[in-house]
Amino acid sequence: MTHVAIIGNGIAGVTAARHIRKNSDYKITLISAETNYFFSRTALMYVYMGHMKFEHTQPYEPWFWKKNRIDLKKGYVNKIDFDGKTLKFAEGDDLKYDKLILATGSKPNKFGWKGQDLDGVGGLFSKQDLDHMEEFTKNISRGVIVGGGLIGVEMAEMLLSRGIPVTFLVREERFWGNVLPKEEGELIMRHMKEHHVDLRLNTELDEIIDDGNGRAKAVKTKDGEIIECGWVGLTAGVSPNINFLKDSALDTNRGVLVERNFQTNIPDVYAIGDCAEFRSPFDGRRPIEQVWYTGRIMGETVAQTVTGNETKYKPGHWFNSAKFFDIEYQTYGWVFPKLNEGQKDFYWEHPKGKMCMHFVFEDASRKFIGVNTFGIRLRHHVFDGWLNESASIEHVMEHLKDANFDPEFYSQYEKDIVNQFNEENGTSIQPKKKSWKRILKFVK
Amino acid sequence: MKAIRGIGLVFLLGAFVLFNALTFMGKYSVSLKKFDEYLESAWIKSEYVAEQGKQRIVGNWGSHLNLSSELLKILQESHDFHRAKIKMLEEAGAPKEEIDAEWSKVVWLKDTKQHNDYAYPLVRGSGKGFVVENKGILFLLTFGLGILGGLMFILPSIKIDGPAGIKNDKIFQNPATNKGWISWLVFGYLITFYMVLYFFPEYAENQIVIVDSVSEALSGNIAGQWFLYGFMYCVFMLVMGVRMFIKYRHNKYQIVRTISVLFFQIGFAFLIPELLVRFNMPWYDFKNAWPLDYDFFFSWNFQSLLNNGTMGMFMLFWGIILTLIIVPVMVYFYGKRWYCSWVCGCGGLAETLGDPYRQLSDKSMKAWKFERYIIHAVLVFAVLMTTATLIAMNIEVKADGYTSVYENHGATFLGIETESYRSWYGLLIGSIFSGVIGTGFYPIFGNRVWCRFGCPLAAYMGLVQRFKSRFRITTNGGQCISCGNCSTYCEQGIDVRAYAQKGQNIVRSSCVGCGVCSAVCPRGVLKLENGPEEKRISSDNPIVIGNDGVYLRGDED
Repeated sequence: MTHVAIIGNGIAGVTAARHIRKNSDYKITLISAETNYFFSRTALMYVYMGHMKFEHTQPYEPWFWKKNRIDLKKGYVNKIDFDGKTLKFAEGDDLKYDKLILATGSKPNKFGWKGQDLDGVGGLFSKQDLDHMEEFTKNISRGVIVGGGLIGVEMAEMLLSRGIPVTFLVREERFWGNVLPKEEGELIMRHMKEHHVDLRLNTELDEIIDDGNGRAKAVKTKDGEIIECGWVGLTAGVSPNINFLKDSALDTNRGVLVERNFQTNIPDVYAIGDCAEFRSPFDGRRPIEQVWYTGRIMGETVAQTVTGNETKYKPGHWFNSAKFFDIEYQTYGWVFPKLNEGQKDFYWEHPKGKMCMHFVFEDASRKFIGVNTFGIRLRHHVFDGWLNESASIEHVMEHLKDANFDPEFYSQYEKDIVNQFNEENGTSIQPKKKSWKRILKFVK
Repeated sequence: MKAIRGIGLVFLLGAFVLFNALTFMGKYSVSLKKFDEYLESAWIKSEYVAEQGKQRIVGNWGSHLNLSSELLKILQESHDFHRAKIKMLEEAGAPKEEIDAEWSKVVWLKDTKQHNDYAYPLVRGSGKGFVVENKGILFLLTFGLGILGGLMFILPSIKIDGPAGIKNDKIFQNPATNKGWISWLVFGYLITFYMVLYFFPEYAENQIVIVDSVSEALSGNIAGQWFLYGFMYCVFMLVMGVRMFIKYRHNKYQIVRTISVLFFQIGFAFLIPELLVRFNMPWYDFKNAWPLDYDFFFSWNFQSLLNNGTMGMFMLFWGIILTLIIVPVMVYFYGKRWYCSWVCGCGGLAETLGDPYRQLSDKSMKAWKFERYIIHAVLVFAVLMTTATLIAMNIEVKADGYTSVYENHGATFLGIETESYRSWYGLLIGSIFSGVIGTGFYPIFGNRVWCRFGCPLAAYMGLVQRFKSRFRITTNGGQCISCGNCSTYCEQGIDVRAYAQKGQNIVRSSCVGCGVCSAVCPRGVLKLENGPEEKRISSDNPIVIGNDGVYLRGDED
């Protein structure tokens, strides 16, 4: 019987295992050094904040794995003998495989700062990161977070939930500037200040200062300012967790280099999820995609190839979501921080400054390109459908009510949005009433 | 702000201690006249009780605990006395009339009802001294101070907890909400409280006394244990409703829903029935539908409704229409949430007082299996009991126009006495499951134990919701990140995430539509909505949109 070994029990590895099981009778071994069972790493913050227990982050009960004949192995692979198709574990044992899927995920970026490996300094990716943060944030007077992205904001929220004041160092001139347009960045920065985050823009970390016992006691910025703190959060992005694969026959760059079907340069070896890097990026997407749902799609796709149905990675239209303290964010299609050539945008913001929508479209053809929404939920099926149909921005405006996904009784702002659009574009669009018929057309 | 909260907590605890200490306060005095009246109203014909009572009951008592235990002792003695006498008469071959007369003196002490039937009626109204003389001040120091303290504890969270949004910080780090020591203390207290309420009401006599004036203002009668319970129910819902308004001030669905449950509890379950009594009409809760209202078809209720003119007839008609037409039609259009989390009293308490405990429900597959067996078993039990009752029922209009409703004596259904169905249902389901377990288990098993595992009306509506309804929780395409907030905060123990992460809509018989899964979702994935039945259940869909390379159908579990 073919034996598939999967290194990494995150969303990519687990999805691959589940779908290989659906499509085949292969023996499947799912290997992790991190935890016994799959958990949702996006939920680690909620464990720290006391919204959930760690068990709640596990989407499947323990019996699930046995029932679906997925063997779980706890162990750390420190070497792979690709010729002998054997995994060598740090614990001393070996495991032979016929096919191998690498799904080893990411690790927090560390850019060679002095003191970056001290106690009380850490990122937030793994369960071990969470345990470390739990241990070293007790009774501290301040936390400093380095790096203005999603994980940084999550970490700020975590620390504040324990009453720990937060200083947030952002190297750029605004929060998440490589992803969000200016307006959205400012909206989120206002909200962070409302939550008493001490936000320092254009500020770079120089070094982390040792308290003499191997623990961080302060940071020094490039401007020479010293900020006392008991915890330093490193949240300047993540990079593929593939150190143990360097110096092997496997072709790597930042990640493990793969084709569109996740095949590496070695036969029967595949890489998916955060650790995979596309040899030739496509459709304007990044070569490494470190998002929950792309990991899932990669797992679904590689399972097809591994079980004999050669399939290429073909993600649909880009979408994503996040939550910044109390403000939810969703995006469908592409909204870049700066407009591309030939693009126009339309930005609406609620007077109270906690909700906004930002639409991007092609100026000449009026084709809708993408939307950012803050504080108002939008319906994925509808936007995906409009992107498939290459709908015009006017069509989107006219049918915007179809896309509202806020809970019942919420105030609706389509009228305000469309009115402002009309004013700015000289149109006279009347938003149509929500139609289930139109919505369900997009639901397969 | 924190100081206000601290003082509020002190007030609340003080009121709580005093409220419970009332049980051990006050003096009692039973006069000869009062005792004779009691014997008559309790249908006690035993001369043994009359005689012993004069010596051992009539007089002054320091505590009702001693009074009730002495009374029950006498009743038990009288039982033994008359049974011995009957045996003697039978052995001596005495005439049947004489033996029958002796039988009529036997007091039957049922374990679960002896305090309700015998002890409470004597204790009630025998109080004197401190408590009776200070009803008003004690009312203010318990309910008044408690409400004030509760509000002082709750209101500052507007400031303390920061801007509007989901406020679940530290829930699993707090011993009051994570099954820690405070949860177990509250659990123990609630169980005791419900045991007293259902089975030892005389121990709460002083607590009942202090709400007399409220009862008199409404119905004109002095309070009973169920008035005290209804009043406390409303007070708890109101104060904890204020907490809901603050906690969910960003979420209009939660605000409107909370207003609705408060309105139906205070108006329909409390004020209207009490006012009906004031106008000499039957106590009736217009929103309480059979089979949750399990005694609706009992003969005493029929008799009462049939003898109350147009209003009585309307109540009878309404009760039947409510169950047979209104309930299923509303579930078709809006899901069972229209009742369970918008109208129902049990649901109302669960969604206000019980909200801090919603995360404690068991989400395992095992619990789901158990739930399906037990809740449907209760529904079957309710149907059997009601069928048995209706089969044995006789309605007879007397010459004077009075309608008498009674049951054939000793009637059986499926070989069991129809009376047994009712008494067992009343004890096991009506008292223990819905009351003692239903609310007592809040701090350990979550706030919907009764609604999830026991309520026959929920089971009935669940069947409609699962198979013929426009209600669903829509999953927003591929946005789910499997974080588990939805499942954790589902009070009904539904593993919402299991559906959401597959891109499936959630259509489950047990969903009460509280909307909290949607509220706590950080990615805007869930929406409660009513829409066409077409594509409501999405098990045949490709698992999630976003993957244009692979289409998969069905799923493992």
